[in-house]
Amino acid sequence: MSLRIHEKIIEGGLFLAALSSILITAGIVWILVYESVVFFKQVSLFDFLTDTQWTPLFVDPRYGILPLLSGTFVTTFIALIVAVPLGTVAAIYLSEYASHKTREIIKPTLELLSAVPTVIYGYFAFLFVTPLLQKFIPQLPGFNMLGAGLVMGIMIIPYVSSLSEDAMKAVPMHIREGSYAMGATRMQTALRVVFPSALSGIVSAYILAFSRAVGETMVVAIAAGMQPNFTLNPLEPAETITAYIVQVSLGDLPHGTIGYQTIFAAGLTLFCMTLFFNIAGHYLRKRFRQAY
Amino acid sequence: MMSLKTTIQMNKRFDALFAILGLLSLLVGLTTLLALVVDLFLDGADHLSWTFFTSFPSRFPEKAGILSSWVGSSVVMLVTTATAVPLGVAAGVYLEEYAPKNWLTSLIEINIANLAGIPSIVYGLMALGLFVYQFRLGQSIQTAGLTLALLILPIVIISTREAIRAVPATMREASYAMGATKWQTTRDHVLPYSLGGILTGIIIGLSRAIGETAPLITIGALTFIAFLPHAPFSSQFPFVSFEWLEDPFTVMPIQIFNWVSRPQDEFHLNAAGAGLVLMVMVMVMNGLAIAIRYRFRKKIKW
Repeated sequence: MSLRIHEKIIEGGLFLAALSSILITAGIVWILVYESVVFFKQVSLFDFLTDTQWTPLFVDPRYGILPLLSGTFVTTFIALIVAVPLGTVAAIYLSEYASHKTREIIKPTLELLSAVPTVIYGYFAFLFVTPLLQKFIPQLPGFNMLGAGLVMGIMIIPYVSSLSEDAMKAVPMHIREGSYAMGATRMQTALRVVFPSALSGIVSAYILAFSRAVGETMVVAIAAGMQPNFTLNPLEPAETITAYIVQVSLGDLPHGTIGYQTIFAAGLTLFCMTLFFNIAGHYLRKRFRQAY
Repeated sequence: MMSLKTTIQMNKRFDALFAILGLLSLLVGLTTLLALVVDLFLDGADHLSWTFFTSFPSRFPEKAGILSSWVGSSVVMLVTTATAVPLGVAAGVYLEEYAPKNWLTSLIEINIANLAGIPSIVYGLMALGLFVYQFRLGQSIQTAGLTLALLILPIVIISTREAIRAVPATMREASYAMGATKWQTTRDHVLPYSLGGILTGIIIGLSRAIGETAPLITIGALTFIAFLPHAPFSSQFPFVSFEWLEDPFTVMPIQIFNWVSRPQDEFHLNAAGAGLVLMVMVMVMNGLAIAIRYRFRKKIKW
């Protein structure tokens, strides 16, 4: 009898631990919405989304998120230009060309790229990559979106390559063998048979990498500058949503002021964007899992 | 006939070219990693001296050290481990061994997958609103440790589940056949067999936590700390004190960020020194995780 009660208590404890993950999400959504509601009582949603000035800490405050969004998208776009081709080709190589032994060594090494602390990537982008770029583009300012975006791109290569490789590995062998039997080379098989078959999994890898780049903070905070700048020119300095949150957190804004609430409104925008892309990515991956 | 031969030759040439292209793209990533390590080493290696580890940060770059930040990182990791490991392993065990197939379980599963994709800075905002201002835990070691614990919880849960899933059902059935209860089976058979995978996940999670900067800046970690937290042990009764949990703190990544953001080059070199230390810590943890995974995979044959 007591054994049965003992078992029940343990199961209850384990269940509560699993349930705690839901509490975390609830806590995140609640805090972001709770603080943002106060913010949106003072600033209309229309102004927030259409005003082209973000100067919440000035005497004449303007609350347009667009300059932060432009900074976020330009850096993310540069990162994807780097990570998508490199990550995809690397994944094809690892999945279709490399021997078992090579893969066992290279894959964990490549994954170290995403294990390096982001603040170190920030250091690298600011003090190594930007000075290097300045040799080719002399007018490049010390803070710029190009260097930050390039380094962020290298950083997210493993996100693209690992998930894409998993997707290609999941394509059944007999499909490849069919292609080889028709006399196709490995490249033809990889590009015309395996890649299309694994496409939804590969696209979901791109989407998750995108979402990772949008939420990345330290690289852009260190190397891209902390000046809101409504521009699409990667050679200029600009501020991302995440860098703005860091900037405000470094200064000591009193709790309850509108300046304090702006970081929650910015955080809510970020959360909604990444949530949308994460769900899209998971949906695609699920679809690809059902394919075979 | 001739044209067929040239077609085949051309295709083979393209195939070889593509293999080279693949190697080159791998090389871009690996070379960058190497450049980063070499750059850190060249800039920072000179700074690694005993005094660098035993000095507080300072206005004078040559006197500045990382004492408060490595101590801070260590104690924050202590809180993170103490929270994330029991919670994450328990959640993983529940989902894999106990959970019924119903809407609540699938909600929890979707939720964990989604938590893993939330940017770390959003965890920081949550901690600022909830832990600092609602629960009044202060901008302290406990808040920082809890925040990072929540951040790595999905990693611990997911790797626990994968490790448990790899234990074949026959193991459990043998245990049940001997009259063991579900918990006895889990505790005495399933968990020991999946220990390698769980440990790997915990180490990977902690190596991620030790390098996190943004959420800790968001909760208001100070960048200049010239004192240490209260000692956990004392010579007076009750000998153990938890006062340190409420102390303000700084950690290695924040110290690096602070030094990088300063205009003087001397501070940048300090940042490289601290970066090198942090990098070594993270790489050792990752190496350890890879070694454990490799060993356990070799040792256990089902």
